[in-house]
Amino acid sequence: MDAIFEKVKEIIVDQLEAEEDKVTMEASFIDDLEADSLDVVELVMELEDEFDMEIAEEDAESIKTVGDAVNYINSNR
Amino acid sequence: MLTEKVALVTGASRGIGRAIALELAKEGADIVVNYAGNKERAEEVVKEIEEMGRKAISIQADVSDEISVKKMIKDTIKEFNRLDILVNNAGITKDNLIMRMKEKDFDDVINTNLKGVFLCTKAVSRQMMKQRYGRIINMASIVGVSGNPGQANYVAAKAGVIGLTKSTAKELASRNILVNAVAPGFISTDMTAELTNEQKEAMLKMIPLAKLGQPEDIARVVRFLASDDSSYMTGQTLHVDGGMVM
Repeated sequence: MDAIFEKVKEIIVDQLEAEEDKVTMEASFIDDLEADSLDVVELVMELEDEFDMEIAEEDAESIKTVGDAVNYINSNR
Repeated sequence: MLTEKVALVTGASRGIGRAIALELAKEGADIVVNYAGNKERAEEVVKEIEEMGRKAISIQADVSDEISVKKMIKDTIKEFNRLDILVNNAGITKDNLIMRMKEKDFDDVINTNLKGVFLCTKAVSRQMMKQRYGRIINMASIVGVSGNPGQANYVAAKAGVIGLTKSTAKELASRNILVNAVAPGFISTDMTAELTNEQKEAMLKMIPLAKLGQPEDIARVVRFLASDDSSYMTGQTLHVDGGMVM
């Protein structure tokens, strides 16, 4: 779980140019990390590639925070 | 120049699509020739492109079918590792007066000419977003702007393509993906050969340049939209119609 968080965090920092200490499990991509809706779509694409999985569009829509992404990957990988 | 660019042209085995595929290849692009049914003619286009020293492959796909479209894009990227230019050209007609138009004729034309553009655009957007580069060029039609009796389904689809072009342009602009449309007028192809002489004469009277266009007239405008010469344009529909609709 920690390893997944660290990897997700790395991708978010890179993709959204977010400050590292702002990337917490509770952080919302749009409200806290200044992403727009297209950034979130792109981030999900990047996570799919990194973790070699496919995230269904219905599921992707419910990923709103860093924690949502980490938990999703943790339980679907 | 389009050197090292990869272009996918739907409906490229004949008519305007074929002319576009050849024109982009002439500028240096490698080409995916999509076709629905005519493998032989698609292979002829592939051969012509290869003779210019460019790479080309043909891929069969029904643009109105999502699974088929996804596979085509996957195969394209597998072959060329990128996709820079998508030309949504595939189209059909099933003309009739509204009073006589069957529901299926309406649906078929909307599915290929409008939904097909959506499906192909959706399928390439991931790759183009990653590349931070893309050019999507949609074939609309001048009748999508002006209306045309006997073509309610076709006109509705083409007007839809113009709207879809604008929305896609707005959504993808921040990722350096430019989306424009071309609205051909009366172009000499198999599709227009089906028109009656009466229809043709009536149309010629409405064209200030007083002649039909050739597929190459459209292809050269597509080449412009595919190139960096149009890098400050997105969401536009260019009328290439001899002045028919202004």
